[in-house]
Amino acid sequence: MSRLFTAFALCLLGCARAALGAEAQPLAQDPVVEQRMISITQDLRCLVCQNESLAGSHAELAEDLRREVREQVRQGKSDQQIVDYLVARYGNFVRYKPPFEPSTALLWLGPFALLAAGMVLLLRRVRRAADADEPPLDDSERERAALLLARTSPEERP
Amino acid sequence: MNRKSLLLVPLALFVALTVLLTAGLRRDPSEIPSPLIAKPAPPFRLATLETGTGAGQFAPADLRGQVWLLNVWASWCGACREEHPALLDFARQNSVPIVGLDYKDAPADARQWLARLGNPYRVVPVDRDGRVGIDYGVYGVPETFVVDARGVVIHKHIGPLTPEVLAQEIAPLLRRNAP
Repeated sequence: MSRLFTAFALCLLGCARAALGAEAQPLAQDPVVEQRMISITQDLRCLVCQNESLAGSHAELAEDLRREVREQVRQGKSDQQIVDYLVARYGNFVRYKPPFEPSTALLWLGPFALLAAGMVLLLRRVRRAADADEPPLDDSERERAALLLARTSPEERP
Repeated sequence: MNRKSLLLVPLALFVALTVLLTAGLRRDPSEIPSPLIAKPAPPFRLATLETGTGAGQFAPADLRGQVWLLNVWASWCGACREEHPALLDFARQNSVPIVGLDYKDAPADARQWLARLGNPYRVVPVDRDGRVGIDYGVYGVPETFVVDARGVVIHKHIGPLTPEVLAQEIAPLLRRNAP
């Protein structure tokens, strides 16, 4: 019942739009459409304010594109169709998550490749150090070692 | 690898990284490459500003068979004002049609602006709600597209045109694609 009331109230407010003057944002006339529009545009980048999402940006182009998305949602287009529409015009940059394509393969795989390379180098170093044979001590070195060991107490010895 | 040549590896990596980063610093990270390059110019049909010769309607197909420039501008755009003298000079010295897409602008303001500053355009289609702009991936004004004789977008320049850009970027393209 209260949902019906809310919908009715929103319709009335929508009619009041003209009286509110040019500055007021048009109120959502269909909350379902609005919700879908927001969920789609939240994952898209605003091209003008490039650190904001298309859902939140106040840039005029963002408002135009939100209007366009709303329109397409009303026409029954799917989320994928709407995103494809925008990507066809603005490129993959508009997506926050770049698709896995030959041109973005380096971006996706790069960190893992670097990690793997680092691990390989580390393992090689460790193995080389472990394999290296230490030359046996000669007499003078053995004397020094004995002196050092005698000086230190049992607790201090490594 | 002996010890000496091993020491050169970090230096080589450093030099390579420096080159890479310098190249990166000279580019503008906020510029968005256009996905329209090598694709047909999105069709539209818009009413034009009555500027005497171009009254009526314009569609990109009207210029099939010629190389032409689509310059997206508006009277409220400061950077468009900056590029205007260069565009006027270019229009005077070349026979390439320049179509001035008037983006999200009031026709009266556009007419006044052109009357005051000069009109380099063959025709001025009026894109009042910016729909055609969206089709062309316009995200800031001014932007300029080069369309070849087959109606394919071959280049997009973002930002104001300068005499250097026109001479070094645009003019060679026009020559190379002349029908």
